Amino acid sequence: MPTTASPAHPPTDVAASDSTLRGFLHGLPGVDAVGLEARAASLGTRSVKTTAKAYAIDLAISMVDLTTLEGADTPGKVRALGAKAVRPDPTDRTTPATAAVCVYPDMVAPAKEAVAGSSVKVASVATAFPAGRAALAVKLADVRDAVAAGADEIDMVIDRGAFLAGHYLKVYDEITAVKEACGTSARLKVIFETGELSTYDNIRRASWLGMLAGADFIKTSTGKVAVNATPANTLLMLEAVRDFRAQTGVQVGVKPAGGIRTTKDAIKFLVLVNETVGEDWLDNHWFRFGASSLLNDLLMQRQKLATGRYSGPDYVTVD
Amino acid sequence: MASAFEYAPAPESRSVVDIAPSYGLFIDGEFVEAADGKVFKTVSPATEEVLSEIAQAGEADVDRAVRAARKAFEKWSALPGAERAKYLFRIARIIQERSRELAVLETLDNGKPIKETRDADLPLVAAHFFYYAGWADKLDHAGFGANPRPLGVAGQVIPWNFPLLMLAWKIAPALATGNTVVLKPAETTPLSALFFADICRQAGLPKGVVNILPGYGDAGAALVEHPDVDKVAFTGSTAVGKAIARQVAGTDKKVTLELGGKGANIVFDDAPIDQAVEGIVTGIFFNQGQVCCAGSRLLVQESIQDELLDSLKRRLSTLRLGDPLDKNTDIGAINSAEQLSRITTLVEAGEAEGAERWSPACELPSSGYWFAPTLFTNVTQAHTIARDEIFGPVLSVLSFRTPDEAVAKANNSQYGLSAGIWTEKGSRILAVAGKLRAGVIWSNTFNKFDPTSPFGGYKESGFGREGGRHGLEAYLDV
Repeated sequence: MPTTASPAHPPTDVAASDSTLRGFLHGLPGVDAVGLEARAASLGTRSVKTTAKAYAIDLAISMVDLTTLEGADTPGKVRALGAKAVRPDPTDRTTPATAAVCVYPDMVAPAKEAVAGSSVKVASVATAFPAGRAALAVKLADVRDAVAAGADEIDMVIDRGAFLAGHYLKVYDEITAVKEACGTSARLKVIFETGELSTYDNIRRASWLGMLAGADFIKTSTGKVAVNATPANTLLMLEAVRDFRAQTGVQVGVKPAGGIRTTKDAIKFLVLVNETVGEDWLDNHWFRFGASSLLNDLLMQRQKLATGRYSGPDYVTVD
Repeated sequence: MASAFEYAPAPESRSVVDIAPSYGLFIDGEFVEAADGKVFKTVSPATEEVLSEIAQAGEADVDRAVRAARKAFEKWSALPGAERAKYLFRIARIIQERSRELAVLETLDNGKPIKETRDADLPLVAAHFFYYAGWADKLDHAGFGANPRPLGVAGQVIPWNFPLLMLAWKIAPALATGNTVVLKPAETTPLSALFFADICRQAGLPKGVVNILPGYGDAGAALVEHPDVDKVAFTGSTAVGKAIARQVAGTDKKVTLELGGKGANIVFDDAPIDQAVEGIVTGIFFNQGQVCCAGSRLLVQESIQDELLDSLKRRLSTLRLGDPLDKNTDIGAINSAEQLSRITTLVEAGEAEGAERWSPACELPSSGYWFAPTLFTNVTQAHTIARDEIFGPVLSVLSFRTPDEAVAKANNSQYGLSAGIWTEKGSRILAVAGKLRAGVIWSNTFNKFDPTSPFGGYKESGFGREGGRHGLEAYLDV
C-alpha cells in the first residue's frame, strides 16, 4: 500500500552526503509529543481478558529475547538461561519457547550449545555495547567474533554522540558496515538508546536512518539507561516501520527493550502492535521483547490462567 | 482489524447500577408524579431495551418546580459563598464515588462507549463541580465588581449527547453563584439527571435548589416562557435556539445559547501526520460525532491530501464499533432512531450531490441504532454536507492550497463554534487562530475540555460562554 506523497520514496542516493541524508531525515513529518503519548496511553486502556489474554501471554513468551548482560555472566549461567529459553516452564510443556537468548559476544558459544536443536536463536550485543564508544574497527571485530561463534542475531548500538552532533552519515556508514559484517547468517538489530536521543523527532529520524542503512530490526534501548522502552517510543517506531514498508516494500522488525517487567505491560505493547501495524508484525520474526525478568511474570500469569490460582516465584525457575 | 489478535469481549458489569422501573419528577426535594399523570419510556439505543418509565413534565409541573426554586432561592442566595461551596464540593465527591455507576448508567441510556463515559464524561463532570465550588466564595474577586448578585431562578434545557456533563456545565456555575435551578434533560436521556437528583439529596442540598423535569420540547418551552424564570440557558440545536431567542425577546430574562456547529479541522502540510490522524478521529468520531464542536469539516492541504487520507482510512479500519458497555468499544450507538434517520438523510444528500462516500468494512449490530464511521471526499463548499450540521460520525473532506484559502473556507459557515489547526509551526498556529471566527480553537489537538476554559460560539453557534471565569458571568447580575 505505497503512499504517494512526502516524504518521497527514499532516493537511492539519500546517503550520498551528510546534507542529502539530513535533508531527508529532517523532511520527515514531525511528532507531537502530547498527541503521541495520549495515543499510547489510550491504547493502554484496552481490556484484554480470558482467551485473548491466553493468546497474548503465549505470543509474548514467544517474543522474549531472554537476556543476561552482566559483567558477572558465566558459561554456567548462560547455559541455564538457554535451557530456560528452550523450556520456560518445565511443569507445562505446552509453554512456547522464547525467541532468543541475548548475551555478550564471548558467551555466544555456550549459548549456542544450550539451545542447540531448538527454535531458540542466539542474539549477541556487539559493537562495544552499551556505550558504543570504540573505533569502528573494534566494533566490527566484536561483530565478526560473535558471528563466527554462531550468533544468529547481532544487536548493535549506534553512536549517539555522532547522531546528536548531526553526523548522520557517520552513523549510517557504521550501520552499513556492521550489516556487512553480519553477512547473510545474522540479522541485525539496531539499538538507538532512545532515552539518550531525548526527542521524539530524533527517534523517528533514527528509525528511518537505521532502516535506510539496512537494519532488520530497530530496537529502543540497551536497558542500561534511566529511560528505556516506553509505550510512546515503541508506538513511534511502529509507525516508522509501517511507513517504511509502505514506501519501500521492506518490512523491518521492532524490539522494545528494558523496563518491561510485567505481563500487563507486555500486553499493552502487543496492543500497540496490533492496532498500529497489525498482524503482519504479530510474531517473533518481527517483534521482540528485550527483557530478563518479564518471562517469569508471563509464566506466573500463564499458570494462573491454567489453574485459576496464583502460585508464586518459587514455582518458576530463577534464570 | 487484525485477525490474529481478537480481543475477547470485556463488558462492564451492569450490576453496578440499579435502575428503578419508574421515576418521578424531582421537585422541591421529592420525586413526584406528573400533574397529568403522563409517562414516557427511555430506551437503550444499543439494544432498544426499555430501561425505565419516566414521569413526563407538563406546564403545571414546570410551574410547580419554578415556584419551588423561587422559594428556595431566598435562602440559597443568602448563604455565604463558602457554605454553598461545601454543598458543591460534597456533590463533586459523591459524583467521584459513584462514577462507575454513573458511567454505566450514562452508557446504557445514551449509547456512547463506556470508555468515553468512564474516561471523559465523568471525570469532567466532577471537575466542573470542583471548579465552580472553588469560585463560590470568591465571586467578589472574579472581576465583576464587588458583591455581584445572582439572577434568581435559572431554567435550563440540555441535550442528549452529554447528558450528565451538560447538566454539570449548567448546574455547577448556577449554584455556585447563588441561583436555583429547574433543569429539563432531553427526553431520550433523562436517567443520569434523575440519579443526580438523588445525589443532591445524598449531599443534603436544601429542597428546591435543584429541580429536574424530564420531558419533551413542550416542557422546555413552558420553562423558557415561565414568567418567574430569570435566566434561560440552553444547549441544543440551532433551530430550537432560534425559537428560544424569539420567545424571550422583549423580556428581561438573561439568555445563553450553545447551539450547533460545523467545526473546521485544518491540517497543514507540515503537521505531525500521525497525531493529526488521531486528532481527526477524536474530532469527528468522539461520541459518534454527536458533538456540537465536532471537527466535521476536514480541511487538508492539497500536497498531503492523499497521504493523509490513506493514513486516515487505515486508522478508521481499526475502530471498534459495537456494544457500548464493552471496554474496548470505540464507536457506540446513535442516540435515537430519529437521530439515525436525520444522519441517514444528510448522508444520502451527500451522495446525491456527488461527494464520494467511504466507510471501513464494519458489521453493524442487528438491533439498536447504528451508523458506520463515514468519510466523504470530493466535497466542496457548495455541498450540503459541508454546510449543514450532521451530528453523526460523518466527516467531510475538503482541500486547500494556501493558509488564506484555509481560513476563508473555515470561516465560510453559518456556524462558529470550534476549529482545529495542525502544524509544527508555532507562528502559523497563532496567525491562523487569530483569523478564525470560532469560539474554541484547538492546536495540534481536538475535543479537549477543561472546566477552566470558556466554551461558546460565534454566529449561529450561539452566544454566551460556559466554563471558566466567563461562565460565572452568565449567572450573575453584572
